[in-house]
Amino acid sequence: MNTQILHTRALTKRYGHHTALDDVDLDLPTGAIVGLVGPNGAGKSTLLALASGLIRPTSGTIDVLGTRPAADAAQLARVGFVAQDTPVYAGLTIADHLRLGRHLNPRWDTALADNRIRALGLDPDKKAGRLSGGQRAQLALTIAAAKRPELLIFDEPVAALDPLARRAFLQNLMEFVADLDISVILSSHLLSDVERVCDHLIVLAEARLQIAGETDRLVAAHHRLVGPRGDLPDLPPGIDVIATDHTERQTTLIVRNTGPDTPPALRDAPHLDLEDMVLTYLHRAAGTTDQTKTPMEANR
Amino acid sequence: MIDFHLDPKSGVAPYMQLVQQVQQALRLGMLKVGDQLPTVKQVVAKIAINPNTVLKAYRELERQGLVAPQPGRGTFITATLADDSLSAHQALRDELEHWIAKAHTAGLDHDAIEALITTTIRKAHQART
Repeated sequence: MNTQILHTRALTKRYGHHTALDDVDLDLPTGAIVGLVGPNGAGKSTLLALASGLIRPTSGTIDVLGTRPAADAAQLARVGFVAQDTPVYAGLTIADHLRLGRHLNPRWDTALADNRIRALGLDPDKKAGRLSGGQRAQLALTIAAAKRPELLIFDEPVAALDPLARRAFLQNLMEFVADLDISVILSSHLLSDVERVCDHLIVLAEARLQIAGETDRLVAAHHRLVGPRGDLPDLPPGIDVIATDHTERQTTLIVRNTGPDTPPALRDAPHLDLEDMVLTYLHRAAGTTDQTKTPMEANR
Repeated sequence: MIDFHLDPKSGVAPYMQLVQQVQQALRLGMLKVGDQLPTVKQVVAKIAINPNTVLKAYRELERQGLVAPQPGRGTFITATLADDSLSAHQALRDELEHWIAKAHTAGLDHDAIEALITTTIRKAHQART
């Protein structure tokens, strides 16, 4: 069996009375590009900090690449973590950053780092504090990749970037993935980016896991059923109602098919796109539906 | 060489969009047997998409018998979808244009025409399966 990049059971993190992450079970396969989405305060940064070993769980277990995060130097070398706002040392030059990287990381790939900085057209003598947001993000990405980790973890890597810099960052990240055969976990508010680059999805809200899995499969399992108000079709077992929405004349159900095949009742029902699917779960977690404020009909 | 693009609003899975773009190009005769598809890295660098998605699309095209990977060289078109029906396209397109003109005269706007065509195609498809 392949080692999973992330394996958690009942993972929980509390700060005093505040629960930042509650009872999370995750299984993510090697090679996955994972998008972590959810509103602010959902527990995204907590989960990423736990995965990179910056903090320890209050209870439950977490394994990254088969071992406890930051268990020893060898494990640290296998994971690259880039914190929010892609921090770099403002007073140091790009060349300084690469020198530092070489000294601090046993598996440092000098050629990769130098080539990438050249390909980006960056002047090695330039101070990091004078780079644009996009260039800073590219520098942080280059350093993380030159470490030659097996897993890269990013907390909101593109949040502060303009659309052009964002696309350039994702292009470079995907090139690294194609070249180096690495897995990635990244958090983002931009669902269009997540849909573009991620093949796995984790939705967190209110400190709890809402849904996780392979993006294509998740989208394929969610349908929208629209009918005259009150006249709801009888749903066979294996179909969870995620949200119900009534207007004066229509009733709309968002359902998740948990079985392997699509039952006849869902065959003609359209799928939700990724954004609508994620929003349905976020609305449910927040206790509201899309338009009306009817209570949820189904709670898992 | 084919140029891929992604339409985030289409509601179609990204890998399927790539598959459909190749099928479309084959149907219209824009890709021919022996043509090479871009490498995974080329696609990734161009449209900032997950390499696994490109691989998945190419595997699906391979499963459909439309392409074959040649180790170390790339992925090549091995079949075409532009069969004998290609010659019938022009006449059908003329008829369709005539029909669309009639729909405009009858007062249908672009969206109404598209809705009518989509539902009719769906119904015809259901009747045949």
